[in-house]
Amino acid sequence: MAFNYKPYIREDKFPNIWCPGCGIGILMKAIIRAVHKMGWKREDVALVSGIGCTSRMPGYVNFNTLHTTHGRALAFATGIKHARPDKHVIVVSGDGDALAIGGNHFIHACRRNIDITLIVLNNMIYGMTGGQVSPTTPAGYRASTMPYGNVEPNFDTVNLAIGAGATYVARSTVNNPALMERQIKEGLQNKGFSVIEVVSNCHIQFGRRNKMGDQLVLRHWIKEREVPLRKAKDMSPEELEGKFVIGTFVKKTRPEYTEEYAKMVERVKGASK
Amino acid sequence: MAKPKKKFRIEVNEEWCKGCVICVDVCPTNVLDMKDMLSKWEGMVVYVKDIDKCIGCDLCELSCPDFAIEVYEVPQEEEAQSG
Repeated sequence: MAFNYKPYIREDKFPNIWCPGCGIGILMKAIIRAVHKMGWKREDVALVSGIGCTSRMPGYVNFNTLHTTHGRALAFATGIKHARPDKHVIVVSGDGDALAIGGNHFIHACRRNIDITLIVLNNMIYGMTGGQVSPTTPAGYRASTMPYGNVEPNFDTVNLAIGAGATYVARSTVNNPALMERQIKEGLQNKGFSVIEVVSNCHIQFGRRNKMGDQLVLRHWIKEREVPLRKAKDMSPEELEGKFVIGTFVKKTRPEYTEEYAKMVERVKGASK
Repeated sequence: MAKPKKKFRIEVNEEWCKGCVICVDVCPTNVLDMKDMLSKWEGMVVYVKDIDKCIGCDLCELSCPDFAIEVYEVPQEEEAQSG
């Protein structure tokens, strides 16, 4: 009740740049609440972003923040974590940023299991650059580069992350801010690479081209397609086509990269004496 | 004796509100509504229509992307003092 966001935001930068009704603000609040519940100091948290609408977030939050090049947020974040393993690194990224342009960084960060929490805000389009088709645009839906409907099959962020070896994988939508917060907190607690996908609304670029130009219409469109994980287990793949299964998919432990690296350094030092 | 009903107070930051109507949409008891403000992007901002209906579910605060709405619980003793 009445969470005090003031210590965590840069008030002079507000109101934020995002379009009215955009889900990124909801995600930003969830991240702030999750960090607050972890009890971490602001100086110990680093928020890194690439390019896109989501990447404007580090400008508004009062952590250590870094705004990097397109798709390379995870590469920069890996550097931060490597140099300062005691800091907590969070990466916010859009679907195009994380899965298309930064796709390679994404799978290899999952493979290494480095202790970073990646939050992929999936709005199903490239919002900032003019509504181009992204790897998660649903089939049949229009984008500025697919004016007659998308013909490409799309990525499932969750399955991609599981396949590549992430140790915490979850998905929520903008309609469930409390669930989002809980998943981000679990991701922060996880010692390893955590991927949290948040399905959001881009009514300006995605919605407007698909007769859903109102934020509420698109939010309801997402809500209709939400399926809880325990319900989805009894459903066939055909029934799950075009649905967003929400919940926690993977929670496991695997050796963490910076710890393994430190062990290797110790071993080599010992051997050289 | 029935437990006294909890009371709540909702604060709206009109400077930051963009009039996206999400809070009005998510409110289960229709506490909030929009009023015209032509200087804003969408031409309207949220206002508290009927605070007595508020159940303190916090959904409007959680769902506001612009940090513009806050729900506070009014402590019972404070209410007694104010009459």
